[in-house]
Order: sequence, then structure tokens, then C-alpha cells
Amino acid sequence: MTATAEGPAAAKEVGAPRKRSEDARLVTGRTRWTDNITPAGTLHVAFLRSPHAHARITRVDTSPAREHPGVVTVLSGSDIADEQGALPCAWVVTEDMKHPDHPPMAVAEVRYVGEPVACVVARDRYAAIDALEEIDVDYEPLPAVTDMEDALAEGADLVHTGLGTNKSYTWVFENGDLDAALRDAPVVLERRYVQQRLIPSAMEPRAVLCVPEGEEFTLYSSTQIPHILRLMLATVTGIPEHRLRVVAPDVGGGFGSKLQVYGEEVIALLLARRLGRPVKWTESRSEGNMTVHHGRDQIQRLTLAAERDGRIRGLKVDLLADMGAYLMLVTPGIPLLGAFMFNGIYKMDAYSFTCSGVFTTKTPTDAYRGAGRPEATYAIERLMDELAAELDLDPIEVRRRNWIGHEEFPYETVAGLTYDSGDYESATEKALGLFDYDALRAEQAARRERRDPVQLGIGVSTFTEMCGIAPSRVLGSLSYGAGGWEHAAVRVLPSGKVEVVTGTSPHGQGHETAWAQITADRLGVPFEDVKVLHGDTAVSPKGMDTYGSRSLAVGGIALSSACDKVVDKARRVAAHLLEAAETDLDFDGGRFSVRGVPEEGRTIQEIASAAFTAHDLPDGLEPSLDSDATFDPENFSFPHGTHLCAAEVDTETGMVRIHRYVAVDDVGKVVNPLIVEGQVHGGLAQGIAQALYEEAVYDAEGNLTTTTMADYLVPSAADLPHFITGRTETPATSNPLGVKGVGEAGTIASTPAVVNAIVDALRPYGVHDVAMPCTPERVWRALRSGSGTGGSGAPPGGTAPGAGGGLGSEGGTR
Amino acid sequence: MIPATFDYVRPGTVDEAVTALADAGEDAKILAGGQSLMPLLRLRLAYPDSLIDLDRVDPLREIRDEGDTLMIGAMATHHQVVRDPLVREFAPLIARATETVADPAVRHRGTFGGSLAHADPAGDLPAVALALDAVFLVRSVRGEREIPAADFFVDWMTSAMEPDELLLSVRIPKLGAGWGAHYEKFHRTAQAWAIVGVACAVRRENGTVGEARIALTNMGSTPVRASEVERAVAGGAVSEAAFRSAAEHAADGAEPPADLHGSSEYRRHLATVLTARALAAAAS
Repeated sequence: MTATAEGPAAAKEVGAPRKRSEDARLVTGRTRWTDNITPAGTLHVAFLRSPHAHARITRVDTSPAREHPGVVTVLSGSDIADEQGALPCAWVVTEDMKHPDHPPMAVAEVRYVGEPVACVVARDRYAAIDALEEIDVDYEPLPAVTDMEDALAEGADLVHTGLGTNKSYTWVFENGDLDAALRDAPVVLERRYVQQRLIPSAMEPRAVLCVPEGEEFTLYSSTQIPHILRLMLATVTGIPEHRLRVVAPDVGGGFGSKLQVYGEEVIALLLARRLGRPVKWTESRSEGNMTVHHGRDQIQRLTLAAERDGRIRGLKVDLLADMGAYLMLVTPGIPLLGAFMFNGIYKMDAYSFTCSGVFTTKTPTDAYRGAGRPEATYAIERLMDELAAELDLDPIEVRRRNWIGHEEFPYETVAGLTYDSGDYESATEKALGLFDYDALRAEQAARRERRDPVQLGIGVSTFTEMCGIAPSRVLGSLSYGAGGWEHAAVRVLPSGKVEVVTGTSPHGQGHETAWAQITADRLGVPFEDVKVLHGDTAVSPKGMDTYGSRSLAVGGIALSSACDKVVDKARRVAAHLLEAAETDLDFDGGRFSVRGVPEEGRTIQEIASAAFTAHDLPDGLEPSLDSDATFDPENFSFPHGTHLCAAEVDTETGMVRIHRYVAVDDVGKVVNPLIVEGQVHGGLAQGIAQALYEEAVYDAEGNLTTTTMADYLVPSAADLPHFITGRTETPATSNPLGVKGVGEAGTIASTPAVVNAIVDALRPYGVHDVAMPCTPERVWRALRSGSGTGGSGAPPGGTAPGAGGGLGSEGGTR
Repeated sequence: MIPATFDYVRPGTVDEAVTALADAGEDAKILAGGQSLMPLLRLRLAYPDSLIDLDRVDPLREIRDEGDTLMIGAMATHHQVVRDPLVREFAPLIARATETVADPAVRHRGTFGGSLAHADPAGDLPAVALALDAVFLVRSVRGEREIPAADFFVDWMTSAMEPDELLLSVRIPKLGAGWGAHYEKFHRTAQAWAIVGVACAVRRENGTVGEARIALTNMGSTPVRASEVERAVAGGAVSEAAFRSAAEHAADGAEPPADLHGSSEYRRHLATVLTARALAAAAS
């Protein structure tokens, strides 16, 4: 009997709320962050960055900077034009996609503020940064392109003159007869929503260190993707893949921003090759705000057709997605991840999705927590509340009339996905109970009745998402440049301790704990006896890394399979030692025993020792229990849930305060409920941040005005409510552990819940929308105009930089 | 980013500090906790030739009862001020406002005097000092002088102190029985600067307002005294309606900034709403 999909009967680690074993070192910083690693002789790099959104570089004079004390070399883009190659884009979404050249350091033209133009290498970081001021660059300014709709107009200024257009691609998906659905539809809602541009704000800034060893190189980087980065750097630089080792040491957060091949990584490698010495670069926060790829930035035009009873006929989605100045690793594909999610959890007959990628003179966009799916979920969940208001129905009831019933799974959606499992009814019932929905509706009515200056609104978000990226065949059909499998290896040491090697690359997710829990159960060894190794291509040679809530749903399955192979090998040794047939052995709690003779047995540790000495093994058996496995999922996983937000809106000031927030998530089987809880809390914080706080703002000249954390507001615990969380558990049927991803769910679900709550509070005042982030001034202006702000992306009161003086008041950053 | 090169001096006494400041010339900066200055240095928005660190000048941390006034040493940390029993009893407006400054880490390093000398109109304490008619005691090698709060804040991040003058302490007239105080801070996140703040103290007298003192944060290049409102409520009823009516004039004469967090128009509106609320809270 092999271990079953549910695991050995004595499963006691999976499901246990273990505190994360990696946290002590991560929280104290007594660990290997990239910037903490400084080999003898390390040189430090600083980048000179474009102050213009768009300009021709007519001259770069690096000679004065070369004379600066401590400077080793100064290079401009043209100095290394022949060897720097171009940064890769691995997702060519259409055959005719416009794909401009993207040099790691600009050579002839700059196209966003912050684009690297030159670099200084010096003996210390101070000298490098001081010398930047002595590089002389002449620019011939060109027109900034800051508005997507203007960028597509006839005669618009071009970001890339050679392309002849600012449109990178148009991608279309259609299913069903949308014209028929719209024709004579009793209810047609047309809305325009703007997903503002966001700046991923990982706690650890980017950092890269490249150490040359002869003709070989070890590159340390604060990255989510050591394996992909290694392949891409080999491709860009021509350094053979096997001469290049990439290490992601402990990494302090990424949220997609470190799913990238950055110019600074390429330059560090080239500098180490040129100079034969270790070189290091660590960004500052204000530098990072300009140059880490940004997220979101879409204009959504939506048309929803429905019956008078609220049933949806069809949905038309027309998107403009801001690519920024260049296409980076998966830039063009990000909005398309939403293509399959605009229908949400609802049944409809017709669906049409069109997305155009647009170039602007802004920082390139790419994956940010949720990546395409928050945008889609926002649109459909806002529309469902709009539909409820239009029909004077409760927003929960409108959803009930449209969602897929729990008995209808597996369900093929109008967007062509097959949802394997789900129970929207149970999650919603649970959420309504935790929220005390009826009591809050009564409170809302009472405040409306007495014209309370602080009104109450209730927002609903019944979401699903696709994650566990991804079935390789599906990625292939979308022209993505890689597969979606994941790899794991299990090494059983002579003492019976276990080393797990994973191709996932944790950067805060707690894999070291969760993977040890899975392994402990599958092998029947103590949790403490498992060590998880990751993030180093010399240690973990195969992997697809961590993004898209894939690590457990793909990598966890690979690990589980590798463990099962270990048990199978051990069984053969056990049968031999016990002089019994393999089929007569039971395996439970790490011990093989002869069925019916429980005192006759061998532990997995004894078998490990036997395999090590190899003195008495069955004929033809390799003396090793080590195993590996590669798992390619057949389907995505589809976490879902119901989030409810009650928001208080101060109608005199426009201030919004979250009064109550309930999140019921169904992420299938749970390995570690504490980790799940942490993911949900963090996800909620980021989703709420989009609704209320965060926005990357560019002025008309293309300057980013939110370069500091005084201007780009990231909420802290002090700004967030106490979250009430709950779970339902509908196992995924697409993988043997029944697990679904949890990394992005909170972010995806929460943004529309909050905005729906704000709009719900203000409907009696004639407000039907407030643009994100719903700042106090925007809410106040929506109240005054009585019609909402119509989703304008421009902040109120102009785009003047500098909230603040010495970062705090008006003149601060001028 | 990281700062440009500077000289660093760490005096142990006030005399040494004043001498160091005189010697250093015009391009010296006092480091008094560093919570505002260090970000400016790191972003290379300020390039002082030298920093004079007051961290070791312990006498400047003292908070003392001087009869009718309270003396708060320039180097008293925000944390120290918030917890000080004298401040809580005789200058509750300072305690309340200081509690809202940034976050605990900043409040442990940042100082009362540093914050005032920085003269950032978006900072919380300048408006408080103005409302309380605080008096600033400054010293240079040329001698000591006192500067009333009404004269201290000259322009955006500019005080009336000469480059060679060091802020030693601030005298706060005590608010006795009958006074209530409130700091109404309006900001988007806990760590963000006030879009508008209202520092308010009210003395009640026989069920009416005996006297009110009101100053506004981030409504101009300096903290702004809302004199019109003070006059309008004095002698009037303690009532929400009266406060709202008087507060209509809160932004009179102010020239509030416009930035990402609020337009001038919005700040004017906020000033009226928040002033009425601050009056009601202080009078309750």
C-alpha cells in the first residue's frame, strides 16, 4: 500500500498552525540579504538616471567623473552598446506585437524618468554616488507621452519613432454572440473604470552582487526567479548557462516586482566580467520607486447586458493597458491574465475581451500581486453592485442569481476555463454570518434616515481567481516563453535527516516551514529533521520559481510526489530486510511493518542507514532513497471567497474609514493555517491600499511625483482594520493535495469590496463612482458634484509634486 | 540615496555647541534627532558642510516647572514629551499633538526643539507653539534672546533664528483650570503629514467661551493663527452651531498649499470643518 493522496493516516503536520521557522532570522535581519554579502574587494555601482521622460542623448562626458577619488570606471550606455544586449520579453502575445529594443543602459534615447544612462564603479558607495554628479549629459528633449488615449490618437507623439505607432498589440477573445446579448437587452450598463498605476513596495529594495571566478560568475540578486534569471542572463550576455550561477539568498518580498530581468542585473554581470572583481549595487527607495517595474494602469470600458431579473446576458470588455516605455519580461501578457477572469464566478452566454497594449514614456509595467486578475475582479464586482443598484436588488441577491451553483462543478466558463470546484453559497453564507449583514444594513438605514454626517456603506466582492501558474500546454497556447511545471528533490541523509530541494523561490512566503510540514507527514519524520534548500541554481538546479500563487499548488505537488518516490524505494529495502513481500507492508508514522505483525518493522531512518551502508540491499537496487519529481498541472487552481466591507464615509471631509471587514476564503486544503492567515492579511492590506491610498502619479511632463513614501502612501497596520477572517474548504480536484494558491487572493478580492462600500454609502447623494484611490478629496468632490468622478485617473487638485515638507509641505521636493 | 560628505561635530555642552555653530559658518546644520534632516540629506536636498549633533548635550533634554510657565528643553524627545506629567497637566495640547507625530520609532529619536526649529508648516508642533503663545529661548556666542512664537516662524522651513543661534528651550505659558485642548489632525495614513491640522485650546467661563486659541497646520508657508475664529467665539455660547458658524472664517487670509494629498480649495474647506470639530472637542 502506498501513501494515499490524503497522506499517511498519522498526518499531523499538515493543517497545524506552526509558527514559521525562518522568521526569527528574517525579522531580525541576521541573515543573508544580498546587500549583507560583501566579498573582499567588492566594488560599488551607482547609476545615473534620466531626468527626462523622453529625450535624445546627444553627448555623455564621463571624463570628470573618472577623476573622482575612489572611482574605478565610468561607463555610458554607448560604451557598452556592443556587449549589453537587450532586456528580454518572454511573452510575445500576438504575431504582430510591436517589441522595441530595450538596452539595459540607454544609448541614444531615454524614454522614462529613471532610465539608466551611465554608471559609476567605485571603491565605496559614497564615492560612486558623489561621482554621478560629475557626469555631464546633454539631452535634446522630446515630447512626453503620458496619456494612453492620447497616445493612440492620430498624429500622436511617438514613444518609439521607429515603430510608427504607440500600440504594441491588440489581443482579442470572443465567445458567444455578444451582439445578440446586447440587442434589446432590458438592462445595459456602460462603465469606465481606471486601474491606477501602482508601485510594488517590497520591504527589501533590489540589490545585486556579481562575483567573478575566472570565466565563471556567481550572481546574487534579490529576485523571485533565480532559475529564469540564469537562463535569461545567459541568453542576453552570451555567458554559457553552465558558467553562471544565480543565487537568490533570503529575499525580502517581491509581489511580482522581482519577477523580472532588470538592466542593473545585466550591467552588474558585465562589470564583473570587465573588471574581474565583485561588483554590487543596491537601490535606494526613491530610486526604486522610479525604476522597479510598476503594476496595474489600465483603462477599462465595460458593457454589461442583463435581464430585468438580474441575470447576466453578456459582457464586453475593452481595455487599454499601459506597457510603459518598454516590454519587460512578461509585460504584454499581464493584462491578458485578466481575460479569463472578467466573468468572475458568473454564468453568461456571451463574452468579448479586447486589450490593446500602449506605450507611454513611463516606467514599464509588469506583474504586481494579482497581475491582471485584480483588474478583472474589480470590474466585474463593481458592475455587479451597479447592476444591483440599477435593479434595486440586494447585491448579494444579484450575485446569487448569476453564480455557478456548487452542484454545477466542474464548470466550463464563458472565458473557456474549467473551474474544477467551488462552493460560492457556503462561503457567502459564512461571510454574511461573520459580518452580521442584516444588522449593518439596518445601521445603514438608520444613518440615512437621520442624515448622519458619517454614512455607512456595505461592499460585496464574491471573487474567484486563476492561479497555480500554470499548465505548460496552456502557457504554450498563450505564446508564453516557458512552461509552468515545478521540480522538487528529496535527499535522505545517512542519519535519517532529510534535505528537500525545491525549485520554488520563497521571498517571504514561508516555504521552509510549509514544505517541511508536507515532507514530515509524507515520510513520517519529525518536522525538525527536514531542511528546505532553495534559491541557488547550484543547489536547486531545476525550477520555475515563485509567482502567480504557484508554489504550493505546483511545487508542493512535486514535493509530495518526490516524497512518495522515496517511500516506494524505502519499501523495497524494508521488504528485503523484513523478509516480507512489499504488498504485505504497512507504512505509518515513518515505519514499515509487516501487516499483522506490528512489532516487526523498520523505521525510515533505519532504512536510510541501510541504504547508506549498502551492505544488504536487494539485488539491482541503487543504494539511495533520493528521489525527485517534476509536476506539470493539468489545470489552474481556482481559490474563491466572499469579502464584505463596511465603510464609514465622513460626508463633511470625504474621509473613509473601514468599519468592518470580513474575508471568507476558500483555498482548498490548508497546509499551515497561520501562513494562510498571514497571506490573507497581507493581501488585504495591498488590495485596500489600491482602493484608498496608493497611486503612482506622473505630471504632464512625465515626471514621477511619488518617488518617496511621503508621497506614495503605503498603509501600515495602524491604518487597517481588525480583519475578521474565515475559511471554507472545497478541495481542488486538479491536484492530489487538494490545495489552491493563496498568495494573491486577498489582493484580488478586497479592492472592489472597499470601493463598493464607499459607493454604497454615497448612492443617496447621487454618486455612482469614485476614482481610485478614493482619497478624501476625491470622495468630497464626488459628493459635491453628486455624480461621481467618472473614474478619472488624474488626482484632484492638479499633479503638483511634493506632499510635503522637508518632504512634508508644498515646497519640500521642489 | 545616501548623503554627500559633511563634517561631524558632537559637542558635550551648550557652550561647546554654540561655539561650534559659530565656527562652522552659514552652512552648518544642527542635528537634533535627525528625523527630518536625515531624509533631506539622503535625498541630497540639503548639502550642509557640517552637522553639529546635540545628542550628548543632556541638559537640553530637561522639562521643568517654572511657575507660570513650563520649560521644555529643545532636545526632549517626542516620546519624553508625551509621557511627561508636567506636559500632560499644564500643556495637554502639546501632549495630544505630539502623540500624532509619525510613528513610535520617530518619536523616540525626534525632538521637540528639532521639530520646531525645522519650521515645517506641515509639522504638527509649530501650530501648537503658535496657539499656545510659546516663547523660544535661543543662544549664540553673541548672547541669548527670546523670540515669541508669533515672530519665530518666518517662512517655509525658515525661522527667525540667525545661522549662529541655537534653540535651547521653549517656554510654554501654563493652561490652568477651565482650559481644554485638542489637536485635530487630518491625514490619510498614520505616518503621513497632516493635510490640515488644527491646534485648539478653549477656556470655558460660566458656560461660555472665555478665550480660544487656534492655529492651523499646513495652511500656508508658516503655521497660521485663526484670529478671526478666536474673536468670533470669544464670549459666545459653547455650542456646535456657534463653533460651526465661527469656523467658517478659519481659512480667512490663509494661502494653503496644493499637493498630491489636497488642493488649496480642499484645504480651505477642511480648515472650516476641522476647526469647528477642534473647538467642540476642546470645549467639551
